[in-house]
Amino acid sequence: MLRDITLGQYYPGKSCIHGLDARIKIIATLMFIVELFIVDNFIGFLIAAIALGLVIAVSKVPVGYIIRGLKPIMVILIFTFALNMFMVDGRILWQWGFLKITAEGLEIAVFMAIRLILLLMGSSMLTLCTRPIALTDGIERLLSPFEKVGLPAHDIAMMMTIALRFIPTLLEEADKIMKAQQARGADFESGNLMQRAKSLIPILVPLFVSSFRIAQELAMAMEARCYRGGKNRTRMNEMKLRKRDYIAIVFLIAFLAIIIVESRLL
Amino acid sequence: MSIQVKNLKHIYEKGMPTESIALENISFSVEDGEFLGIIGHTGSGKSTLLQHLNGLLKPSEGTIVIGGIDITADGVSMVEIRKKIGLVFQYPEYQLFEETVAKDVAFGPKNLGLSEEEIEERVKEAIELVGLDYENIKDRSPFELSGGQKRRVAIAGVVAMRPEVLILDEPTAGLDPKAHKDVLDMVEEVHAKTGNITILVSHNMADIARLSDKVLVIDNGHLVTMGTPKEVFSHRDELSEVGLDLPPITNLTEMLRTRGMDIEETILTVDEAAKQIAQYLKSKGNN
Repeated sequence: MLRDITLGQYYPGKSCIHGLDARIKIIATLMFIVELFIVDNFIGFLIAAIALGLVIAVSKVPVGYIIRGLKPIMVILIFTFALNMFMVDGRILWQWGFLKITAEGLEIAVFMAIRLILLLMGSSMLTLCTRPIALTDGIERLLSPFEKVGLPAHDIAMMMTIALRFIPTLLEEADKIMKAQQARGADFESGNLMQRAKSLIPILVPLFVSSFRIAQELAMAMEARCYRGGKNRTRMNEMKLRKRDYIAIVFLIAFLAIIIVESRLL
Repeated sequence: MSIQVKNLKHIYEKGMPTESIALENISFSVEDGEFLGIIGHTGSGKSTLLQHLNGLLKPSEGTIVIGGIDITADGVSMVEIRKKIGLVFQYPEYQLFEETVAKDVAFGPKNLGLSEEEIEERVKEAIELVGLDYENIKDRSPFELSGGQKRRVAIAGVVAMRPEVLILDEPTAGLDPKAHKDVLDMVEEVHAKTGNITILVSHNMADIARLSDKVLVIDNGHLVTMGTPKEVFSHRDELSEVGLDLPPITNLTEMLRTRGMDIEETILTVDEAAKQIAQYLKSKGNN
């Protein structure tokens, strides 16, 4: 059940999307997010959806897998949809007591839902197609200009790498502890909210203890190998833009132009 | 109480690109009061198999019948199954969570819905059964104990549930020789006292040879061979093919045999080996 969480996971593949430079993919994702907020009509979303669809098709990540990653955010999605649908004033389509659905409300609700879904799918493509290590390397490189004003880019990237690296480890650990407590007769599935919250204690305490142990062991192992932060550190894989990255940049700029033209001029 | 496993198959992450077959075509049975040893390489599927036996994992195919109940059928109460089958995981000390040792050991019995007096009695009994001093240890925090003591407290937590089947997954991993011996003696004692079915997974061939009535060899998710320790350890070449060794004492006696010493085949214990060698030397001296 814990293994069902696909948000932020890497989907191994050999497509040209996987092969792009991580910096390009990070910038592309940020651009995509900004573009989704520039768009102010449904045709714009259609264009964005087609573009995203093309990227997904090229990357060969199964659509079902991406949609499964949306599940945890379904609650937020439904909540925003309902809020927009009932709260916006306008031409009333349907009314029951204080609940009313307006034409404008419905339009905004659908509009926002599409924006959110595209936003989540677009940004999950980044992590699905980029190795966590490449991702943090990319972030470090992109943040490195800010080192001059005192931003510890390397340390931030290292912390992110470690955090990402230990998500599966901690999930596995939680799974193991859960099974061990279940084997001792613990029941996580029944009872009211209070009882269920209480039944988490036998999982959380050992999980915290394990996390501290893992953190301490990792810190010691890093120190034993003379890790001392980012100063003068060289890397094995230098990031270099290749032909496909320049082609991707052309596509990105073209897409940005289309979106701006579509939303401002049409 | 007996266990019958038939054509068990388990696939991890079915339908994902990382899909892998963990177990295939596993069939065996364990009768009441038996001591079953399971050996196999790391990653051979032993732990996966154990988790099926108390319903933590559902098989992709096949059936598991325990005490006449098919636990793979829909609608079977897993809580009922787990009352009867105690599973001690690898490194069980990482599951300790309570403020005191007594409270932690009481977690299982409490989940069974027993009365206060019954719980206290079982906790006391289990802690003493694993070789710890109840009065001395009951109010201490499990986190301040030594590694071996933590391991024993964790095992006591399962023993206190008085399972009819006790499964232990490498209970001696990472322990020093003394703690190793103590834990195994304790397993043997619990088995003798309660007459339960005990299933032990271990990498230590000598332990398996000494304790088991029946041995199961698993490699790469498949059952390689099964039988009494004598039968299994007589298949030396088959075992070495899957990366497993004979118990050290058996290795020694087999070597002596190839050098011409006339002693029995597949001797599994040091006592037996000593007796046989003495006998041989005596008969040689007489000639």
